Amino acid sequence: MAHAYTPGLKVMPCTVLHKKRLLPIPGKVLASMDQHVEGLDIVAQTELPGKVFSVNVANRLAVGPEEVKGFMVKKEGDPVKKGEIIAENKPMFKWFKTSIESTVDGTVEAISDITGQVLLREPPKVLPIYAYVKGKVVEVTPNFGVTLESEGTFIQGIFGVGGETNGEIVIAVASPDEDLTPEGIKDSYKGKVVIGGKHASLSTIKRAIEVGVNAIVVGGIHDRDLRQLLGYDIGVAVTGTEKIGLTLIVTEGFGMIPMADYTFKLLSSRNGEKASVSGATQIRAGVMRPEIIVPGFPKNVNECKRDQGRGWIEPGDPIRIIREPHFGVIGTVKSLPSELTVIGSESHARVLEVLLDGGEVIVVPRANIEVLEK
Amino acid sequence: MSKKELEVIIATDCGSTTTKAILIEKKGDTYRQTFRGEAPTTVEAPFEDVTKGVLNAITEVEELSGRKILDGERIITPNEGNIGADIYVSTSSAGGGLQMMVAGAVKAMTGESAQRCALGAGAIVMDVLASNDGRADHEKIERIRQLRPDMMLLSGGTDGGTVTHVVELAQFLKAADPKPRLGASYKLPVIYAGNNKAHEQIKAILGDRTALIITENIRPTLERENLMPARHKIHDIFLEHVMQQAPGYPRLMKMVGAPIMPTPAAVGLMTEKFAKANGFNVLAVDIGGATTDVFSVFSEVFNRTVSANLGMSYSISNVMAEAGLANILRWLPFDMDEQDLRNRLKNKMIRPTTIPQTVEDLQIEHAVAREALRLAFDQHKALAVGLKGVQQERSISDAFEQTSSGQSLINVMKLDYVIGSGGILAHSPRRTQSMLMMIDAYQPEGITRMAVDSIFMMPHLGVLAQISEKASLDVFYNDCLVKMGTCLAPKGLAKEGQKIMDWEVTGSDGSRQAGELRFGDIVHVPFAAPKAKLVARPVKGFDMGAGSGNRVEADIEGGVVGLVLDGRGRPFILAKDPSKRRDDLNKWYKAMGMYPY
Repeated sequence: MAHAYTPGLKVMPCTVLHKKRLLPIPGKVLASMDQHVEGLDIVAQTELPGKVFSVNVANRLAVGPEEVKGFMVKKEGDPVKKGEIIAENKPMFKWFKTSIESTVDGTVEAISDITGQVLLREPPKVLPIYAYVKGKVVEVTPNFGVTLESEGTFIQGIFGVGGETNGEIVIAVASPDEDLTPEGIKDSYKGKVVIGGKHASLSTIKRAIEVGVNAIVVGGIHDRDLRQLLGYDIGVAVTGTEKIGLTLIVTEGFGMIPMADYTFKLLSSRNGEKASVSGATQIRAGVMRPEIIVPGFPKNVNECKRDQGRGWIEPGDPIRIIREPHFGVIGTVKSLPSELTVIGSESHARVLEVLLDGGEVIVVPRANIEVLEK
Repeated sequence: MSKKELEVIIATDCGSTTTKAILIEKKGDTYRQTFRGEAPTTVEAPFEDVTKGVLNAITEVEELSGRKILDGERIITPNEGNIGADIYVSTSSAGGGLQMMVAGAVKAMTGESAQRCALGAGAIVMDVLASNDGRADHEKIERIRQLRPDMMLLSGGTDGGTVTHVVELAQFLKAADPKPRLGASYKLPVIYAGNNKAHEQIKAILGDRTALIITENIRPTLERENLMPARHKIHDIFLEHVMQQAPGYPRLMKMVGAPIMPTPAAVGLMTEKFAKANGFNVLAVDIGGATTDVFSVFSEVFNRTVSANLGMSYSISNVMAEAGLANILRWLPFDMDEQDLRNRLKNKMIRPTTIPQTVEDLQIEHAVAREALRLAFDQHKALAVGLKGVQQERSISDAFEQTSSGQSLINVMKLDYVIGSGGILAHSPRRTQSMLMMIDAYQPEGITRMAVDSIFMMPHLGVLAQISEKASLDVFYNDCLVKMGTCLAPKGLAKEGQKIMDWEVTGSDGSRQAGELRFGDIVHVPFAAPKAKLVARPVKGFDMGAGSGNRVEADIEGGVVGLVLDGRGRPFILAKDPSKRRDDLNKWYKAMGMYPY
């Protein structure tokens, strides 16, 4: 049977996930092999070296760089408090005295007799790594962290902003093609993961931030709203570190696009349950998509799918069209002609025939669809 | 490698997504590219071994050519009959290519020299640090900490001059304790190519924290730039440290018959060889999904820049952010809602492998491409300044010119040849589209020949040029370049409809075409003769390279597009009124036969 390779976003009622939870620099691993952890447990921790600030002591004391050491009150490695004197001159008349105070709490990192600069370092900052998902430790990477195994519902979005968070799922719309309005965000949604339909406007997102919602999941947003929300245009899709007050996940794309029915139904089946959510997206090397993970089995499901999808499509597969002129349309693969076809733009491309709900058949480049993986 | 003459060559380029293999065979006296194959690059999980993709791509060449090249995972050398190849060469940009951070004492002096040095070696420059770059000291240190480059180039000061600034930079570097991108357990290679008086201090500061390599100063005196020793060191470290850490590269290095080159370094070398062989001023561009590389050779001086976030898929949204929506919309021959355009470009960013299905969508991508090419060219012009090249003396006045951001070496009136590569230029449905996109982006003046590298073979040919210049140039002329033709663009401004030039072209095949050009028009003349004589008589106020109103005779070439007489004037300004602008665009696109309407 004809088939073609195609990427797709995962929307799986139950799957076995492996999550690496590693520190960026070596530190201490706090979780042990086979240990069961909750999302908010700390599994590893390290100290990030503090920020470094420079003070030009030679200039301030009007002495040569090579003389600076003679005027230092503190030595390299000494702890200092903000405002504490680190260097001073010893003039004959005390009113000519100049004292230099530390600008930070920390330690004296280095004193240079070439530049006359003194480097001060702030105290290290503790960096904890949370488990993020409920699961079991299946691998320990010494000094860096652990790999967790978790079973549950796994849904990937196409784009997100904001980092990892947790919260109870609440379905805020009646259907996947309904707009999530500001009025739809209730005060009781504080700390929750709010599921909308085809779109959330800037005022809806702002209202959610006001209420203290932890995450919003919707079909689409307008790029103009995203720009206003962030204050800048996202040039390259590497996100996850934004601090806008919540995590935002878009399941379909930019514009007003109803959330795929299957995704909406699956999220609805986990209404009221606790989810782990991350907006981190990276589209270049090492692709990362935003995700919603709900530990445990959904109702009426008692088997967990271990495979990661077959990676290709065949006639009969459900697909979504991801480019104009049929952006967002969902259909099923009718056939996969093997020969190159001239498309409207006059390019020669591999195409497929898509059967739409109403019985209409359209031709679309294979590059412009994604399989709806279940 | 066998001592006999090269007859069969296999070459690969390991890109971030695709590994491309080509087979080159000697046919009579000429080398020709005969077969090609490609396979997904296998640097990332689950494979994590670049050689798998290489072997797959070569296997495809084997299947298509019927030549047995591989014996298991080994390349059979030398060639005997229909078995083996005489040499295997490769370039690589997989895994993000070579990423560097550079530092210099003064941003416009050693900072710029260090940047040129790293770019010329084929690196992506992640940041340029300088004592006067406007950032507070702690911000510089934070920046060094955040970035994880493959290596760092530290320069600063002229030989025997003051050591303060460069020592300060070294101290910041030590305080930041930077980590290399690959291989958490090894020290970051730092090349020191600054004031020779500071060697001892630099060793004392960085010797134990980094893998320090000391080489000659890239700026030994104010008026002399000496980039080659540091460039060689970059290349050595690329092979010895960076490649050794990348998945599968130690094995790939054993397979090749010549050192692996970073892809852009190979393209640069090929551009230089082509310019030198013909005495041309050349501009070459490679516009990819994420980045745009620009190479130029003007008056024998080579320059390269890479615009790391200007591209047609992953970086398409950044083109919008940098160029501004209005600059993209100005190329569209129809009205379009801003919100719609924003959403479409963002959707391309998040689904970068999709392709335009409609003419309207194609025109949007062409509009973005013009802006990406223009912005990358602007960045190139800003860096290709001042200094007259490696080891060449400059007068002190030149050096002062450079500090005031310098006189660009790029002069579009003196530009002889433009070579475009990358999907949007090489695979446009009609070649006229590629040619007009480049004309609109670069606005060449006078006489400019244009070509595309249809399957991006320049990397393979650049690395091959190290072994055999003849083989690489033979294939370059015969198989790599798709000659599009020549653009004739008189420089000057006039009233619309006013005659600005008479012209006459006689091809080597005896074909003859003649006519006149009016201001505001584009005239497209299909003309395939490989060589032709042009006689152009611009009216007073218009310049074709010999001064205002002066007649020009020149050798030009035809091609798959032919001649494009661009009467839109230079500088070329689009009408401010949207409806007039759309009418103009439709008129020009129709004249070029750009789109099917």
